[in-house]
Amino acid sequence: MSAPARATALKRTSLYDLHRELGAKLIDFGGWEMPVQYSGILQEHRAVRERVGIFDVSHMGELEFSGTGALAALQWLTPNDVSRLSDGRCHYSAFLTNRGTYVDDLLVYRKAEDSWMLVVNAANTPKDFEWAKSHERGNVRVADASDRYALIAVQGPRAAALVARVAAEDPSDLDYYAFREISILGEPTLVSRTGYTGEDGFEICLASERAERVFRRLLEEGRSDGAMPCGLGARDTLRLEAKMALYGNDIDDTVTPWEADLGWTVKMKKGEFLGRDALERQKAEGVPRKLVGFEMVDRGIARHGYPARTAHGEGVVTSGTHSPTLGKPIGLALLPARAAGVGTEFEIDIRGRNAKARVVETPFYKRPKEAR
Amino acid sequence: MNPEDLHYTPSHEWVRIDGDVGTIGITDYAQKELGEIVYLELPEVGHVFNAGDEFGTVESVKAVSELFTPVSGEIVEVNKGAVAEPGIVNDDPFGDGWLIKTKLTTDEEVGKLMTAEQYATYVQQEEKER
Repeated sequence: MSAPARATALKRTSLYDLHRELGAKLIDFGGWEMPVQYSGILQEHRAVRERVGIFDVSHMGELEFSGTGALAALQWLTPNDVSRLSDGRCHYSAFLTNRGTYVDDLLVYRKAEDSWMLVVNAANTPKDFEWAKSHERGNVRVADASDRYALIAVQGPRAAALVARVAAEDPSDLDYYAFREISILGEPTLVSRTGYTGEDGFEICLASERAERVFRRLLEEGRSDGAMPCGLGARDTLRLEAKMALYGNDIDDTVTPWEADLGWTVKMKKGEFLGRDALERQKAEGVPRKLVGFEMVDRGIARHGYPARTAHGEGVVTSGTHSPTLGKPIGLALLPARAAGVGTEFEIDIRGRNAKARVVETPFYKRPKEAR
Repeated sequence: MNPEDLHYTPSHEWVRIDGDVGTIGITDYAQKELGEIVYLELPEVGHVFNAGDEFGTVESVKAVSELFTPVSGEIVEVNKGAVAEPGIVNDDPFGDGWLIKTKLTTDEEVGKLMTAEQYATYVQQEEKER
């Protein structure tokens, strides 16, 4: 067996000691020492699909935008239409380069007309902060608040019931992609009905120094629900089944929202925004490649970076894993647009062996309606 | 614990010698490091390998690892049960979770492998360095 990768000097979240105490296996994730698993990826994955899982995602970055020009600045910096957000609502969006490709994908939260928060990918936080500062326009102040905040995700069909028992009020009335301030253990937190798992769930943003008490309380209170602490391993299999893109894998500064099948986050009619011209051009010229979901026809698991060959040219696997819910290998690939139709077969070079795969409908997993 | 009657490699495989047949698998430490194993790729009967050759791969949800044969020989049996249900490698790495059986080319290579005690020390050292 080949040797495992070694860790170097890494950043830690305020929950690091608790992860150690819980017996987590820790890995380097974008420069952060994070739990990849506690009891096992398959068990943790199942806990989220069937019951409830609790994740430390404090490595994610938080950028704060304030001032009378905040709305206009975000309208320029991001492709989604922030004027459609009312107080207490958030949406999925991005920072795009002038080529229309991803600087990062992110969530935009509107607290008030002059107070906004962006939740961005951990490894991209410094880059995003610099990007926002150098591209903002008008009367806006941008601050990197990442060190002040911890982020705890509570995900699964029993998440609402669990958060309701721990918090001062029941968050069940929150719509998907809505948030509000809710007191937990006597401290103010921001609870949003969001997640990266394809299940119902919440993300709790709170002061870093309060995170351990809240995480412990959720675990304790959730024991009767079969709650489990879950690591980044399960987070990855869960998000992949739900076909949620991962920056650095499926999207990066070579991929546009059209290519990534994320066109719904781009509102061309809202007016000018960074990357718009390039996106308009690409739309007119035709999108050269598409991010698609695939299943294996032959045996094998295709992983990130494996070359793909289609009847219309080369492609590449961007994510691949064993799907715990489906019990078979699944993945995402960037394929030439003409080879991206559902049902199209193509080949993946799995370490020198050609294995057949097939484009399928996504998401791979959709939660049952009655779960909400 | 690592069984006393096996011989171990630095890449965490083991071999059990029974006459001129060597049964090969991965160690308990290896399966723990990998996590839940979901896929095994093993060679077909009749393939001939030299000691140190890659003979297959083992994959957990998260990662893929190559398997290296501790001894030279021809594959005489593959554990089809483990290919069908790779989880048995996690459950019983030294028993039902064996991977391949090979007809040894020579009996001189086994002496170069680690004993259970040497392997235990080696693993301790490797853990310290991480």
